[in-house]
Order: sequence, then C-alpha cells, then structure tokens
Amino acid sequence: MLNFNENLPIYIQIMNLIKKRIIKGELKEGDKLPSVRELSTELKVNPNTIQRSYQELERENLVYTQRGMGTFVTEDQNIIKELKQNVASNLVNSFIEDMKSLGFSLEDIVTIINDKIGEGK
Amino acid sequence: MANIIEIKGLSKTYFNKKALNNVTLTIEKGKVVGILGPNGSGKTTLIKILTGILRPSNGEVYIDGNKPGVATKSIVSYLPDRNFLYDWMNIQDAINFFKDFYQDFDEKKAYELLDFMKLNRDMKINSLSKGMMEKLNLTLVLSRNAKVYIFDEPIAGVDPVARDQILDAIINNYNEESTMLITTHLVRDMENIFDDVIFLREGEVYLQGNADRLREERNMKIDDLYKEIFGA
Repeated sequence: MLNFNENLPIYIQIMNLIKKRIIKGELKEGDKLPSVRELSTELKVNPNTIQRSYQELERENLVYTQRGMGTFVTEDQNIIKELKQNVASNLVNSFIEDMKSLGFSLEDIVTIINDKIGEGK
Repeated sequence: MANIIEIKGLSKTYFNKKALNNVTLTIEKGKVVGILGPNGSGKTTLIKILTGILRPSNGEVYIDGNKPGVATKSIVSYLPDRNFLYDWMNIQDAINFFKDFYQDFDEKKAYELLDFMKLNRDMKINSLSKGMMEKLNLTLVLSRNAKVYIFDEPIAGVDPVARDQILDAIINNYNEESTMLITTHLVRDMENIFDDVIFLREGEVYLQGNADRLREERNMKIDDLYKEIFGA
C-alpha cells in the first residue's frame, strides 16, 4: 500500500506514482496499466480517484485508452523522453533552490556536485 | 449527476438539546461520502433519520425522491450500530434471517464476502470478537443490492488487519450505481476512499466538498483539516 503523505490531492500522487513507474521502465511503451479496479484495491483508494488520475494522464498524452481493452502507456518515445527530462529538471530546480536558500552560490553548487561525482568514481 | 439524497433545513432536538441544526445537504449518486466529526457531532442522529429510525423535528429529507419510510428502507442498506442479531444465532442463521427479510439480499455475494473476511458459517454470534462482528455486519450490509449503503463507524475498535479487510471490502464492492455513506472519526485510515467529505460540528455542516479539491485548496490532508476544525 502506498503512503499518501504529501499534502497533494490523491489523484496527483497517483499520477506521480505511474509516471515514476514509466520512468523506471517498470511500465514500458504500449504496456497496459492495471485496471482501475486493480489499482484501487492495490492502493486502497476510491476507484473514482484512480479514474481521474488516468483521465489526467491521458490529457497529458502519457497514456491512451482503448475502449473495452484498458489503458496503455503511450508508444510515442518522445513523450516519455520529455517526461524524463521534465522530472529531472524539476528535481534539479528544487535542489538548486534549496541550496541557494541556504546561501550557496552557483559556483559552490557546481563544485560540490563535481566533488561528489568524483568521489563515486 | 443526479442526487440520491436531499436534505433541507433538517433539525433534530432531543428535549432541549439540538442534535442537528438546520442541516442542508445533497449527496450525489455513485459517490463514497465520509461524514466526519467527533462523538456527539450529530453523525449518528443524521444516519438514524436517513434510515427512518428517528423522525426529524424540522426540515425535509428525501432519498431517491421519497421520505424515509417503507419505500426507502428497501433501497437503503444499513445495520444499526447496536447489535440486533440474536445470541442463539450462528452466522448461517444471520444470513438466512437477512435473506428472509430483504428481497435484494444476494446470498452468493454473502458467502463470497464471508470467505473474504475469513468468517465461518457455523461461528456463533455471541462468540465473535469486536472485529469479527464488524466484518459480519459489513458482509450483511454489502450483500444487499441497494442504492444506498450506510456504514456507521465501520472500523472503530478493530485491529489493523481487520481494518484493511473492511476497507478492501468497501472498495471492492463499490459500484457507480450506488452511494456509500460512511461515518468515522478515524479520518487518517479512511480518507483515501472518500470522493466527498462532510464535516459535522455541533449538529451543523461546517464544511463539505470533494476530498481532493479540499486537499488542493487547503494544501493539507483531510486528516489534518479534521484536526484543524475540531482540534483544541
């Protein structure tokens, strides 16, 4: 069961969960998403909320619905690539904002990151 | 979407105590609605009026177009919080009792739910634990093909495993043709299954709305909102 801890609407948290599964490759292009019922039971969330998440994902062109068949991940690799870039850029942005608010300059940040990457090698 | 329940200016007074004060509400078909509030906020009084056990002192209540009474009892599935099954019964007797009582009782569904709840047909009613009793109540209520299901504090006092089974049973048996009303003060455990929530405070509707919209507007979980409204 997922822990819905953030103060975000549940439907957005479920969208984020599915996006994560797509980025990690657990859900690949053209893969079928779990049915609304299945995901509802898995996450213990109202089926209407899951339905809303799927509709919003469809609006973002990340998934498509085939009547009577289910909901599938887009086969358009560009959209998935864009999703990855957006998520990465959001993560980096929030990291930079946090660092700046602590008083680090951009040069400091770059140095710290380079050192860290160096350590890992 | 069509409203299944309409309540206008509803008040209920016990002698000089106002249990409900000028409550106006509409509840849509196909929703899972949480009625939230601490003890004494009027939740059970509201439910007793909806189920025709109590009469309103003032105001109007319509369920599927009818005032609570014989017509609505056949479409509202509810088990009072006080145990009304007889001590001599076992679970099979309770199911037979319900089957005789309600035309819309689905015996097959009842047995499936019993299995799901890991309850046995020959268990005696008076030997059931609190959690088992809640699971049996839920089984009986959900086994009717009703338009409105009402659950009064379905997870109060049950252990975490039984609580999960109860939540699963509610989610699995939801269908968009029916409405589910659930009273609870255990908001954290149940908030993810609600479409809409109604906060009752001292007999009045303090706030109501779509649960996700409230999370978005207030930037907090329903559980935190509950604490803010009812907290010291």
